[in-house]
Amino acid sequence: MNQEAILSEEFEISGGDFVNGGRASCLIKNILKEIGIDAEILRRVAIAAYEAEMNVVMYARRGIMKLVLTPKRIIIKVEDEGPGIHDIELAMQPGYSTATPEMREMGFGAGMGLPNIKKNSDKFNIESTVGKGTNLEIIINLNNKNV
Amino acid sequence: MRETKLSEIISSLNLKMICGEENIGCVVSGGYVSDLLSDVMANAKKGNIWVTLQTHPNIVAVAVLKEISGVIIPGGRKPEPETIKKAEQEKIPIMTTELSGFEIVGRLYGILNK
Repeated sequence: MNQEAILSEEFEISGGDFVNGGRASCLIKNILKEIGIDAEILRRVAIAAYEAEMNVVMYARRGIMKLVLTPKRIIIKVEDEGPGIHDIELAMQPGYSTATPEMREMGFGAGMGLPNIKKNSDKFNIESTVGKGTNLEIIINLNNKNV
Repeated sequence: MRETKLSEIISSLNLKMICGEENIGCVVSGGYVSDLLSDVMANAKKGNIWVTLQTHPNIVAVAVLKEISGVIIPGGRKPEPETIKKAEQEKIPIMTTELSGFEIVGRLYGILNK
């Protein structure tokens, strides 16, 4: 297993910035698209990255999204400074959301974010400390034709 | 299914072009209707035309990520100025119509499933 990074990039995410929310995910998708990553992998990266990014926008003060590409996988790490998650198991349940009525009116807070990330990842880790923040690690394996 | 260009849909449904005109030559691969952004992210397909009542700038990020061919905002709603600005930068076509979502989707289905 070669874990050596071919590419590593970091993007800042500002909490509450709904206007620019999704920018980091778009940049990540574009970088991977230009490298020639397979469309189905790109689709999964886009969904997982967007959901993770919007969670930071909605709930945290700020966050960093890191993209690491290795010969075998795409790793996306999101580390935020925010309220954290009280009950991760509950947060992972489809339909569960703590979004405000305003966010729901904008079409967020369907309780699909974390389940969508998990569904599109080959490996998904989530760690959270209440009052400090949440860290996500999303791993999507590349298939042979990408390398 | 015959290939349908966005420009044909715009003219046959008399949609009002708001921005992203440079991309109306693209082929529309079908459609998706939803106001829940996670649902669109999970289920819309590349090249789909997307009908939504959402007017805020984040719809542009969703459209870019999903490679949506165009966004239709029905019911006489207008996209926010910031949404138009973003869509112009990203070359995402946005159209509006006075027709309700129900009416516009019915007509779109008729065109795209010929």
